[in-house]
Amino acid sequence: MAAEMEPPPLGDAGQTDFREIEDGEGFFVSTVTTLESPEPSSPDPPSMPAEGISTNGPKQEDISLDDDPEDLFAEATEEVSLDSPEREPILSDGPSPAITPVTPTAMLTPRMGLGTAEMFERSLDEIEEDDSGDTFDMHIAVSDPEKVGDGMNAYMGYKVTTKTSMTIFSKNETTVRRRFSDFLGLHSKLASRYLHIGYIVPPAPEKSIVGMTKVKVGKEDLSSAEFVEKRRSALERYLMRTVKHPILLKDPDVMMFLESSELPRAVSTQALSGAGILRMVNKAADAVNKMTIKMNESDAWFEEKHQQFENLDLQLRKLHASVECLVCHRKELSVNTASFAKSAAMLGNSEDHTALSRALSQLAEVEEKIDQLHQDQAYADFYLFSELLGDYVRLITAVKGVFDHRMKTWSKWQDTQLLLQKKREAESKLQFANKPDKLQQAQDEIKEEIEELEGKVQQGEKDFELISKTIRKEVSRFEKERVKDFKVVIIKYLESLVQTQQQLIKYWEAFLPEAKAIA
Amino acid sequence: MTSTIDDSDKEKALSVSVDLNNDTSLLIDIPDALCERDKVKFTVHTKTTLSSFQKPDFSVPRQHEDFIWLHDALVETEDYAGLIIPPAPPKPDFESPREKMHKLGEGEATMTKEEYTKMKQELEAEYLAVFKKTVQVHEVFLQRLSSHPILSKDRNFQIFLEYDQDLSVRRKNAKETFGSFFKNMVKSADEVIISGIKEVDDFFEQEKTFLLDYSSKIKDSTARAEKMTRSHKNVADDYIHISSTLNSLSVDDNTKVEGRVASDQELKLTELLRYYMRDIQAAKDLLYRRARTLADYENSNKALDKARLKSKAVAAAEEQQQQCLQRFNKLSESGKRELTSFKGRRVVAFRKNLIEMAELEIKHAKVGQTGDSLSFYLFLYFILGQKFTYAKLTVSLNSLENSRK
Repeated sequence: MAAEMEPPPLGDAGQTDFREIEDGEGFFVSTVTTLESPEPSSPDPPSMPAEGISTNGPKQEDISLDDDPEDLFAEATEEVSLDSPEREPILSDGPSPAITPVTPTAMLTPRMGLGTAEMFERSLDEIEEDDSGDTFDMHIAVSDPEKVGDGMNAYMGYKVTTKTSMTIFSKNETTVRRRFSDFLGLHSKLASRYLHIGYIVPPAPEKSIVGMTKVKVGKEDLSSAEFVEKRRSALERYLMRTVKHPILLKDPDVMMFLESSELPRAVSTQALSGAGILRMVNKAADAVNKMTIKMNESDAWFEEKHQQFENLDLQLRKLHASVECLVCHRKELSVNTASFAKSAAMLGNSEDHTALSRALSQLAEVEEKIDQLHQDQAYADFYLFSELLGDYVRLITAVKGVFDHRMKTWSKWQDTQLLLQKKREAESKLQFANKPDKLQQAQDEIKEEIEELEGKVQQGEKDFELISKTIRKEVSRFEKERVKDFKVVIIKYLESLVQTQQQLIKYWEAFLPEAKAIA
Repeated sequence: MTSTIDDSDKEKALSVSVDLNNDTSLLIDIPDALCERDKVKFTVHTKTTLSSFQKPDFSVPRQHEDFIWLHDALVETEDYAGLIIPPAPPKPDFESPREKMHKLGEGEATMTKEEYTKMKQELEAEYLAVFKKTVQVHEVFLQRLSSHPILSKDRNFQIFLEYDQDLSVRRKNAKETFGSFFKNMVKSADEVIISGIKEVDDFFEQEKTFLLDYSSKIKDSTARAEKMTRSHKNVADDYIHISSTLNSLSVDDNTKVEGRVASDQELKLTELLRYYMRDIQAAKDLLYRRARTLADYENSNKALDKARLKSKAVAAAEEQQQQCLQRFNKLSESGKRELTSFKGRRVVAFRKNLIEMAELEIKHAKVGQTGDSLSFYLFLYFILGQKFTYAKLTVSLNSLENSRK
């Protein structure tokens, strides 16, 4: 089987040093697990729940991506040394929680400040991590979509359950009912409060007039069920992302959203409301401004990051499009396989040679099962992968927005500075003016203005520095989150792919003796 | 574009029928083929111990149209009315890959260089698959002829194998093609009438029912199998797009696996069904011919009775009747033989192909696993911006394989 891939001549070092997990079943083998890692308990799943289908052992440790300087890969080959100097400070911590295909939560482990700290720019991250006295332990679930009301005024209500052990919350477990516009309202409040000072506020799921109308009208079909499910899981991800942000978590609006049973209706989120139109106008104005501001970037880090995000944005969009295509085609494949299965069954029926007839019917059954497999795979493709990509495309837009705000802050500062300069010039002109009676008054005025402006300039500078600092922190946080998010999802997805293949093998292997039995 | 296949490739190009080259007195194969634009030139190679041929080992170039000529010549031979004439090989159809190639060329600007190369490779593989398929189908046609006790001795067949100059003089011109088209129409109309005739023999009655039913079912299955493999190809193409967006390293990855699964499946399942669809048509043709002779016989009976009534030209009518009866019996006899061996052949062929298909699926699913994980390792490399070494990659994958086995 290895014939298809030829490992480069690295010698046997790579293979022999590789210790497989005891049960020999782990498929992402990681040397990390076999070492006595100095890190505190990797939250291994206590027991592998009945995922009978997955024959992969419980230790789905993540792919060994980290080139940890403490070198957990000491016994691995020379490639480690190749990497360590080039490592970027955004590498993830050690093995992330072992993957259970069950819950979507990824727990932020508290051990970031420990041994792996050298990897990070201490100043930035330690502050954040040490901030929360609690360990981050929160689980939000969005469930039970229920249609409330009728006709065009109907809406979907969702149940939001918060389970937490953190002290800032009043109860350990809260359940509230919310509707979609509540989520949007929350987001708009957070955005107006935090975006312009540089915090990356996770974007809310998008409005969809078509989807919602179908639901409102009461069409009980597959596509509207899918739509509701899509939205539900998007809302859940949105909330989890929001609370993972240590600053946003403490925002009173967030807490109110999660805890209070009644929430004032967020009317301003409606598409055609006054606020909505105002938003659109602002967006247009922003776009124009962006084009006209020519920022003097003094900080290479920002330059680089900006570029990086642009690239990432492009690639992710492209990938997202391809994955959506894949989902579509796989669904098609499953439909065609099903129709073939039916026709093969009929063929088997009309075949008069008994063994052959039986074999053909078996073939039909196999194909039917395969069709089911394909369908499931398509769902996995979609829910795991494509949605994640969509989320990140939107997130990156938010990140870019934050960068833009920084630009705006800078430009404001510069403008104030220019104004100050003008006033100073005016002041010095006054010195040489020849109107003694008005002079004193004018001079006083100008002095006042100058003082005011000086204050503003200082403020502007401070603002700019603050936003720059915040962005740095945010970006590194974002990168960490991104790594984690993708890792979790990719592993799950890969698992599902492998499972599919395994099932395929099983089915065909079961079919083979039937085919051989044709006499 | 020219492309050739070699012997080793052909070993793998799985044949739809089995054990056709058993009789060493006449061995035929197509070792070589050239594809120019629309035309495929086959090199038909014969090895024989029979004295009826001038040389024991020789090759001739033939085109698709020559095969069709041979087939039609056989069909038109009265003596072979009681035999199942192997179905003519279908015209080589490069339309689909060519169209895709065209689209690819148009979309070249929007793709990265790598993606383009990959897609091109895929298309070339598809093209090659179509090519292999058509060679195989032509070869099988000849081999069935050579393994048939009666047909292998046919004079036209010998000419086909031996005549070292162009056969184009023998081919149909437009008038003849039109004529044969017309004949086909008449035949189908006849078929409907004939199927109303009461069948005297149980065996044939059964066969008729079975073949009619089976042929419609197999047509249906073939169509759906084709759709299925086309969808599969689409999925494979998507994987190419995805993986190219991942800036993959130059290793064997998921795309080739999925793509190859699709094209191998094509060769197996769909081909099997398609071939038997045509074969069944040939069997139906036999039944038709026999039914015709039955009709003739009945007509001659009626004519005889009339003649007897009128006491005119009785002898001639009697002779006519005798002839018809003879023909009918001959056809029934050989027809029975043919149909029985046809059934046996079909069962064996299905068995072989289903087994091979299952084994292939298993093999590809196993490789597919490693392929999938490979492409996603690469994805991680990309998305996480980490410098992921190739070596670590393969190490992990080897262990993946080991755990799979």
